[in-house]
Amino acid sequence: MAVRVQHDDFDVGAESRALQGPAVGAIALFVGTVRSLSEDDSVTAMTLEHYPGMTEAEISRIEDEARARWPLLGVTVVHRVGRLLAGEQIVLVAVSSAHRRAAFDAAQYMMDFLKTDAPFWKAEERGDQLSWVEARQSDNDAHAKWTQE
Amino acid sequence: MSDEMINVLYFAWMREHTGTASEQIALPDGAQTVGDLMPTLMARSAGHALALKNMAAVRVAINRSHGGLKTPVAAGDEIAFFPPVTGG
Repeated sequence: MAVRVQHDDFDVGAESRALQGPAVGAIALFVGTVRSLSEDDSVTAMTLEHYPGMTEAEISRIEDEARARWPLLGVTVVHRVGRLLAGEQIVLVAVSSAHRRAAFDAAQYMMDFLKTDAPFWKAEERGDQLSWVEARQSDNDAHAKWTQE
Repeated sequence: MSDEMINVLYFAWMREHTGTASEQIALPDGAQTVGDLMPTLMARSAGHALALKNMAAVRVAINRSHGGLKTPVAAGDEIAFFPPVTGG
C-alpha cells in the first residue's frame, strides 16, 4: 500500500501501471481536481492545509477498513497540499482487484471516508480574497450511506 | 497548577483566530476530558474564545485520532481542534 501527502503533482498513468500484477483484473482510479466554478464565483486557486501525522494515519485506517470489506490487491492514495491552481489535480485514489466490482466500490468507499475523516482543509482564492471552504452535508450523507448498509 | 503539560494544536480558521498553530499548556488541575480543558483554553485570548465558542462546529482529535469533548485527556497528550474537514 502507499499513502502519500505531497505538494508535487502525480502521474495517473504511472500510478496505474504500478498497480498492475498477474492477479489484477481491475484498476479503478478516482482523480479530484480544483474546480474553478464554485457557487457563482470564479476560484483561481486553493491552498490545502493538513495535519501531518494524523492525515497519513487516517488514510491508512480507511484503507484497512476497505481491505476488510473487499478483496483488494493494491491501494494507492496521493493527496496534494499547498497552493494549487484551478484545474490542477488534488487527489488520487487508485485500487486494484481481481474484478471490477470490488475496485469500483472500494475506490468510492475510500473517497467518501477521506472526505469526512482525513484532516485536510481548503481555502479558496477569488482574486485576492481567501476563504475557508465549508464542509458539505452531502459528504456526511455519502459517508453515512456505507454505515447503513 | 499542575506541572503536567499537554500540546494543543489548531488548524485552518481556528489557527487564524487563536493566532497560534501549537501551544504547550499545563493540564488544568482535575481535568479529565477534552471538555474540561475548554474554560482554560477559552481564557487564553479573545481569539481563543471566538474560535472555541461553538464546539458543535468544531472537531477534536486526541493523539491523532478523532474524538470529542468526552474523550479522556492525560499529560503528554496532543489535542487538536479543527473545523470539519474539506479535503479530497
